[in-house]
Amino acid sequence: MRLTCPICGDRDRREFYYQGAASILNRPDPDAGIDTWDDYLHNRDNPAGLTQDLWYHEAGCSSWIVVTRNTVTHEVIKTALAQTVKGQNT
Amino acid sequence: MLDLVAKSPADGLVPVAIGTMTLDEVAPSAITFLTAAKGQEAALSAALKTAHGMALPAAQRATGRDGARAVWFGAEVALVGAVPDPSLSDHAAIVDQSDAWCVLRLTGDDLDAVLARLCPVDMRGSVFKRGYVVRSQLQHMNVVYHKLSENAVDIYGFRSMAATLVHDLKIAMESVESISWCQRSL
Repeated sequence: MRLTCPICGDRDRREFYYQGAASILNRPDPDAGIDTWDDYLHNRDNPAGLTQDLWYHEAGCSSWIVVTRNTVTHEVIKTALAQTVKGQNT
Repeated sequence: MLDLVAKSPADGLVPVAIGTMTLDEVAPSAITFLTAAKGQEAALSAALKTAHGMALPAAQRATGRDGARAVWFGAEVALVGAVPDPSLSDHAAIVDQSDAWCVLRLTGDDLDAVLARLCPVDMRGSVFKRGYVVRSQLQHMNVVYHKLSENAVDIYGFRSMAATLVHDLKIAMESVESISWCQRSL
């Protein structure tokens, strides 16, 4: 598996650390209520198809990267720096 | 009073000379991380140019020369070999890293072959050129490579891993030399 770091370019999977769903970037308002927070913390979709997750370029530039990929075809569709994606309803 | 002797990170481990390749230590007098404040990159670059003679490097590049070098290190830039001028602190966070890194210089005609055994990134001379910087791995260690010339590269590794760094490089150098030896002997 290869991932394209927006800063370093095409790199091997071994340089990255996998965090989980990119939905973690959309932190709810502190007063959003217990159901919203419960959903944010504990519930994840398990899509057959497009998914977005967070990867850390641990052995490279130390960037957090949002990777859009397809769980059915294993295609990596696009990558973006988490700092530019944050708050855009991933 | 106790008279303490400072030892460089790779003291007693280098130099190593195998075949066409030589591994030695650079041991710069100072290494400092400069992290530009938000929106201050241009101002920091100008201050760096005035004080040390080189601009801030772009991502995956280095500027300057031995004695005062600026190497891209990801979120920060490493000022190598010079004590940072106080004027830099107007535009950047400055963190002394001098004793944290082991800097090795690998030189020789078989550079591409040695690096190919250690790093998952394409390090051939046609791709990885003079002044280029790559952050990647050396076996399982995170390191920074800075290409100095066609047959020389500086490798920045963690000081605590200096012995492993030299060991892994030595194994790769031996592997390349053993193939050359076979080819010469046939």
